[in-house]
Amino acid sequence: MNTALSEYILAIITCETDKVKGGGCPVFLASDQEEMEKISLLLARILGGIVHDLENGIYLVCKH
Amino acid sequence: MENYGAVIAVGIAAGLINRWLLLRSDYRHYPTYPHGQLVHLALGFIAASLGAVAVPAIAKPDFVAVTFLVLAAQQFREVRNMERETLMKLEESKLVSRGTDYIEGIARVFEARNYLVIMTALLTSGAAQLWGVKAAFIISPVSIMLTLRLMSGSFIGDIAEVKKGLVHFEGSLLMVDDVVIMNVGLPQTRKKIMDEGLGVIIKPVDDNARLNLDAPGQRKAIIHDVVSILGSKVDINETELMPLARKQVDKGYLAFFIVANEPDLEMLIEIVKRVPVLESTRGTTLLSYYGRKAAD
Repeated sequence: MNTALSEYILAIITCETDKVKGGGCPVFLASDQEEMEKISLLLARILGGIVHDLENGIYLVCKH
Repeated sequence: MENYGAVIAVGIAAGLINRWLLLRSDYRHYPTYPHGQLVHLALGFIAASLGAVAVPAIAKPDFVAVTFLVLAAQQFREVRNMERETLMKLEESKLVSRGTDYIEGIARVFEARNYLVIMTALLTSGAAQLWGVKAAFIISPVSIMLTLRLMSGSFIGDIAEVKKGLVHFEGSLLMVDDVVIMNVGLPQTRKKIMDEGLGVIIKPVDDNARLNLDAPGQRKAIIHDVVSILGSKVDINETELMPLARKQVDKGYLAFFIVANEPDLEMLIEIVKRVPVLESTRGTTLLSYYGRKAAD
């Protein structure tokens, strides 16, 4: 049986520090858009999740 | 007719041929392996023997034997459990799962086929008993044809219109025509989807069909059948390109999205049309009075 976390935010990746507050989820800060995309891709591959875009400069990795 | 040996032999032969013809092992039908087929042919032989022996047993008359035959027929209930368990076990290691509705449908069909084999063997040996072996050669093809006809259910192509859908993005939302499929974050994934993604719209013809396509089990069956032929670019831990079927909530039609290994849209449409309509998800609203009234 699969007991991994699912339907859950595994990581938040952003350059805009003022838009994210601490919570239960790790936040990764990036210096620009390119770095943000790279970190998201790596995290998605490592965590087995997929990258979603909130369209306000925040990416999140979520497992479905 | 006193020659019980011949009566039983033609019954068994007809039943076994019937089981063999019903043993379809094309791209989506289980079993696909020689051993799986052997298991079912062996069970088919037992079923055919049961049916074939019944008539001579009554003719003899040996009613104890008939009672035992009825008991033996109970064994075929186990076939359904066997198929269900096997397919459920296989499900755990699949990237794109069949879904429990599909498995239940397949398991039920396997059980039913054995009963049809019993029926064919019974009719054939009955004909041989009453009118001689020559009559059996007429009755057996007729009953085999009848069972083949009985066991062919309807397909998605019968209940819905399948046509091309336009894959595009609205911001980060992946859409097929006007149906939202999912949110895609990474620009490179979006580009890959725009280059290689295929979309189709599955439009139900009536309210029964709409209810049928609503069922997640039916959608999983569609996805599984397409993936088992065209392949998909999903891998372990890389589920971004997962094929999905989502519904237009206002109008009730489905949008299907896939990034396939073989991106052939025409074949995709043909495959979707050939997906069987699952028994367990079949919509029957138009059979009820209120359903008919609500539909108009």
